Amino acid sequence: MLRATGFFYRRRRAADLIAKVLGVAATGFGLFWLAWILLVTLNNGVHAISPAIFTQNTPPPGGQGGLANALFGSLQMSLLGVLIGAPLGIAAGTYLAEFAERHHTWRESVRFVNDILLSAPSIVLGLFVYTLAVRTVGHFSGWSGGIALGLIVLPVVVRTTDETLRLVPNVMREAALSLGIPRWKVTVQVLYRAAAPGILTGVLLGLARISGETAPLLFTSLNNQYWASSLNAPTASVPVVVFQFAMSPYESWHALAWAGAFIVTVFVLLLSVGTRAYLLRNRVDAAG
Amino acid sequence: MDTPYPANPVVAARPAGGAVLSIDDERIKARAAAETRQDAGFRWLLFAAAGIVLLILGAAAVSMLWGGRQAFETFGWRFIVSDEWDAVGHQFGAFVPIYGTLVSSAIAMTIAIPVSFGIALFLTEIAPTWLRGPIGAAIELLAGIPSIIYGMWGLFSFVPFMAANVLPWVNRNLGEMPWIGPLFRGPPLGIGMLTAGIVLGIMVIPFISSVMRDVFQTVPASLKESAYALGSTTWEVVWNVVLPYTRSAVVGGIFLGLGRALGETMAVTFVLGNAHQLSASLLMPGNSIAATIANEFTEADSDIYLSSLIALGFLLFVVTFIVLAIARLMLYNLARKEGR
Repeated sequence: MLRATGFFYRRRRAADLIAKVLGVAATGFGLFWLAWILLVTLNNGVHAISPAIFTQNTPPPGGQGGLANALFGSLQMSLLGVLIGAPLGIAAGTYLAEFAERHHTWRESVRFVNDILLSAPSIVLGLFVYTLAVRTVGHFSGWSGGIALGLIVLPVVVRTTDETLRLVPNVMREAALSLGIPRWKVTVQVLYRAAAPGILTGVLLGLARISGETAPLLFTSLNNQYWASSLNAPTASVPVVVFQFAMSPYESWHALAWAGAFIVTVFVLLLSVGTRAYLLRNRVDAAG
Repeated sequence: MDTPYPANPVVAARPAGGAVLSIDDERIKARAAAETRQDAGFRWLLFAAAGIVLLILGAAAVSMLWGGRQAFETFGWRFIVSDEWDAVGHQFGAFVPIYGTLVSSAIAMTIAIPVSFGIALFLTEIAPTWLRGPIGAAIELLAGIPSIIYGMWGLFSFVPFMAANVLPWVNRNLGEMPWIGPLFRGPPLGIGMLTAGIVLGIMVIPFISSVMRDVFQTVPASLKESAYALGSTTWEVVWNVVLPYTRSAVVGGIFLGLGRALGETMAVTFVLGNAHQLSASLLMPGNSIAATIANEFTEADSDIYLSSLIALGFLLFVVTFIVLAIARLMLYNLARKEGR
């Protein structure tokens, strides 16, 4: 009988055990921060939230008030961002997946650039929109904030549209084309319908990404203590207000900042968890 | 391009004037022509959208280079190597923010790389299968939390914790060591390079660990099973089979995380201290490129000040572009090996 009890054998077992213990510890380390951050945000947020948050505008230094104008501004600009980023992204993603089969180099370079845009620092995109849409016009505006957010939604939607369309089985294309249907109709009426859950996921993930986005708004929509009359004026947004109020020395502003942080966090987490659950369910449906 | 579709000989052979619709019928020809035009238009529309994606990246680079040209022209190389940042005297050197960006990212990667590897190891080899999904999703939630939340948590919870519990210990124990001592000596303010680096590290862990987990799962089971059959332990399989097979993608994932860390703005702005002074100690406040831009952009009261901030943005853009490009190329390497 071979008895594996030698020095080398024990050393290998020990190394294996240490690696496993460290792996568990690393996971615990990651979960520890997640729990701490969420607990602090939820705890402070629950105490700060009140009906006034949704009905009153942001207060002057040290005063009492709410976040109504910032919530509305965020809503407007996020919507604008999605309206800019989603159609453009779906179109570009469709091109990559469906219409670029004979232009390999071109297709791969667009994919490459899109992947870089996907992880590019948002502050850089904000500066770009500043030079593009604020400097030339001469003043900060909600429109430019929406454009900056659109640039952040765009690569997310391109990527998901591209990937989802490539998963649509070729049989569908062939069946539709063999009926003599033109390609654009095949794309819009057959492929989009098959890929809708995936594309919708991309749009929602993009929305989740811009909901908490702060840096690009600092140079584009700036901030506004009052209800912005139109998107042509500087517009308040929840993340920028949170930033400004959290850095201030006033207790009442801190409370409002926590309320804003709470709203943003809950919204973003519900959106991303809900989206993933939706995608998972649809995948199961497609498989079964 | 008169008839886009070749005439069907069977249909065309039918006698004209019969009940059967001929392919030569004017209405069918017109409709086929219209559909060809629509297809071409649709294709051009999509092509233009793809072109815009390319254009955005190029236009961003050009516009920031243009916006920062005054700073580059005025200061030349001194813009990068000088540590003098004087808004009143209009002297701008970006060495302090550049140094801060590099050091805080280095601290972040020192923490994030081993931890992410451990998490990926846990999620692919150690955890029971039913636990992998939930834990993986929880770690990915870390990536979903907006960076401003990290900043607020950092400022109101983590900074006081560091100041009260961690930094005095660091100061007492590491501060006296012969070589690395100066790095860890200083007042326990809480805000500073070390705190910012740790927060950044936590932020990039989900990005690196999810890439590592995904690529570890692409290793063919036959390779791993062969190693197990030879009597390897789990650790030996991971270290000698999984890691060599996925090496380039793992490096890609690490660079992806580095790109995030370099450009991260809000969290760092909260906990870095916004101080334009060079200091050997990691416990002292500092600055980073992104934090400088975020803090000072609305205060920029002169053209050269604004231009210097945009020039900083351009430098950040170039550095992150290079890092992210390397990351993508490394990731494509594995994808190609996979035949995907």
